[in-house]
Amino acid sequence: MHSPFYNRRSFLVTSGAVLACSALGAAGPAIAQGIAPTQSMRGGSNNYRPGAPLVEKLGNGFFVRGRVLRASDGAALKNVRIQIWAATTLGGEREPANHGSVLTRADGSYELEMEQIVPNFGQPHAHLAYDDRDFRQVFLRPVMPSAADRSVNADFVLVAA
Amino acid sequence: MRGAVLWGTLGTLGLIPVLLAANSPLLGYRGVAYIIGGFAGIICLSILLVQPLLPAGYLPGVTAATGRWLHRWTGTAIVSCVTLHVGGLYITSPPDTLDALFLVSPTPFSVYGVIALWALLITALLVALRRRLPVGLRVWRLLHNALALVAVLATVIHAVQIDGAMEPLSKTILCGAVMLTTLLAFIDLRVIRPLLARRRRSA
Repeated sequence: MHSPFYNRRSFLVTSGAVLACSALGAAGPAIAQGIAPTQSMRGGSNNYRPGAPLVEKLGNGFFVRGRVLRASDGAALKNVRIQIWAATTLGGEREPANHGSVLTRADGSYELEMEQIVPNFGQPHAHLAYDDRDFRQVFLRPVMPSAADRSVNADFVLVAA
Repeated sequence: MRGAVLWGTLGTLGLIPVLLAANSPLLGYRGVAYIIGGFAGIICLSILLVQPLLPAGYLPGVTAATGRWLHRWTGTAIVSCVTLHVGGLYITSPPDTLDALFLVSPTPFSVYGVIALWALLITALLVALRRRLPVGLRVWRLLHNALALVAVLATVIHAVQIDGAMEPLSKTILCGAVMLTTLLAFIDLRVIRPLLARRRRSA
């Protein structure tokens, strides 16, 4: 069972372990071509509901985009599920209509069209999660530079679980 | 005439931001708890505008005694608004509110909100225990004012950084006015007047 709120300690422990491993491994040739894994962001898992349904889109006019890569070799990851939720003109972050998942394309890119994201708890922001078996979970909370923005970008570099 | 201008200015500075926020399109996308919580914060900011002026006896038509009496009521209103603010936000999003209270929120303004919250709670406690505390009136006043200064400054920093229902220009002006009335009263009552009194005594 994943507990969305109290995973901060485990996040710190795992990110510390990842850092330590990458520092140790930096001398070796095995992961010399690796790229830095994406760290979870503070508050990234807030109002997360595991298992957001795969959707074509959640609305119109606003796009959440990004790419998903593998940390070990930088390869694009296809068919990876990214869960997305945000406060939009449809309601808050806990509104089910604001939760959906998409799969990445062959080039690792993903895109979800939804209703306009609106400022919530003081900042216009989205929430994204990678929370499946193959890689370590990552929770992101990108903030839009302006509430008038029509898109927000979030990339994932995943580490094998 | 001067009284009418002053009251008019204070009323405009305090009410316009609330009215503009009430017209924010964001309200249409929010639940009742979030709207109430948000407005409790906005109204709190407006009350802070007159809070230091009331007991100082600056307001025309308000005697010192009435001013202190009103100051206690507006003080109670401030504490109630803050409770509604935190409660409304908690109902809307428990994890975001707990993150803020535990100082692990990603938003830079949360920590100032929490500083203001604690400063206010301690102020309320100080008021409630005034007669039972082993401190004299002068020390009590200094503590009260120091905490109020912290609460006001932290509230203003909290408010200006928030992207929310408040219209930015009216919010900035209100925040500036709140700082102005607070500092004015503090410097006049706790710095200038004591110095003048001391000079008069030694003269």
